[in-house]
Amino acid sequence: MFDTALSFNDLLFLLKGAGVTLSVTAFAVVGGTVLGLLFGVLRSHVSPWAVLPLTFVLDVFRSVPLLIQLILANASQAIAGLQFSPFVTSCIVLALYTSAYCTEIVRGAIEAVPPVTRRAARSLGLTWGQDMTQIVFPMALRVGLPSWIGLTLGVMKDSALVLWLGIIELLRASQILVTRLQEPMFILLIAGAIYFALSFPIARLGGRLEKRWQEND
Amino acid sequence: MFEYTFQWRQAFRALPQMLDGALVTMQIAVLSMVIGVTIAVLLAVARNAHSPWLRWPATAWVEVARNTPALFQIYMAHFGLGSFGIYLSPYVALLAGITFNNAGYLCETFRGALRAIPATQVRAGRSLGMGQVMAFRLIVLPQMFRIAFLPTTNQMVWAILMTSLGVTVGMSTDLTGVTQDLNARTFRTFELFALAGALYYCIAKAVMFAARLAAWRLFRY
Repeated sequence: MFDTALSFNDLLFLLKGAGVTLSVTAFAVVGGTVLGLLFGVLRSHVSPWAVLPLTFVLDVFRSVPLLIQLILANASQAIAGLQFSPFVTSCIVLALYTSAYCTEIVRGAIEAVPPVTRRAARSLGLTWGQDMTQIVFPMALRVGLPSWIGLTLGVMKDSALVLWLGIIELLRASQILVTRLQEPMFILLIAGAIYFALSFPIARLGGRLEKRWQEND
Repeated sequence: MFEYTFQWRQAFRALPQMLDGALVTMQIAVLSMVIGVTIAVLLAVARNAHSPWLRWPATAWVEVARNTPALFQIYMAHFGLGSFGIYLSPYVALLAGITFNNAGYLCETFRGALRAIPATQVRAGRSLGMGQVMAFRLIVLPQMFRIAFLPTTNQMVWAILMTSLGVTVGMSTDLTGVTQDLNARTFRTFELFALAGALYYCIAKAVMFAARLAAWRLFRY
């Protein structure tokens, strides 16, 4: 019969790790989405040359491994003497990382709104702000939301990397238990199941939304 | 504030070692892509199959690969298999983890591409006397690769970035591993990793550029 040394408290320890994973993800996604909306609107409205530096920096965030970004950010804050905790550093890095992808989603979604629709809105007397909030936003949301859900799940999975800075999130918690209990497969399977349970339903929802909204086009 | 003297010379002196590491990184990424694409094609076919014995394992593979972190998959290969007395070296574990991940994501890409190919194409092939396998190989596959080419190159860049995770299971020969090794000896964290980051950026851009060039050469009518 299957026998394990895993106790209820260990399970709580894992769930606490999952809580850390979720809170890092939440901070990163909220920060990243706000920045991404801002940058995305900038990129789709200002001439490409004017935002070239921004485009380049965001491209760097997408072309350098997240692990290296985390290590660099941690070293930079130490050099600058900011004394950020690893948690704060991780949240900032992940937020910037998220914003780089979110910018592309927002830009793509805004550019998917036909220019004639926007011109029609403006010629009806709507201001730029009204056009953005009442015409562009509802239409772009349908294009962008499925990808945004995918991005959020991606960030949740990538947040496992913050263990390198010494934060005890879900994966690190499972590793600590593995070291103590010497049952790697079983404990990692539990950690994987928690990740799966968090990610799979939302991924399904995203897929369903995408399919439903495409039918109306 | 800023009581730190940057020592870039030390980092640049390590550049040859890091370039050797970059080669290992590329090697792992290319290997994982080649194996990953092969498995992904099989998975895509299996997911569209009628038999549930083929469909279910393929679906499970894809969903697990897409809904758990890549780092978790590498841990499974490196630590998890230890429960069964199988001990993989960091290199093999990293390769296995990334390949598992790649195959899952690529399968979805390929499935989307397969759906974009009209069914009449296969029927035309079959009515010309081709067998099922031959029609798939000669009619469907080339078109599928053409449609899925750009997403596949994106996955290649992802694979390169994912190889950096090897350092967490003790990999010391790829670019991140070499850098971490040097870092442990010199403590020039910022300089070394900034250089490593720049190298990763160059590799990613070079791959994208090569892919664009290849697409332009291969896919013009």
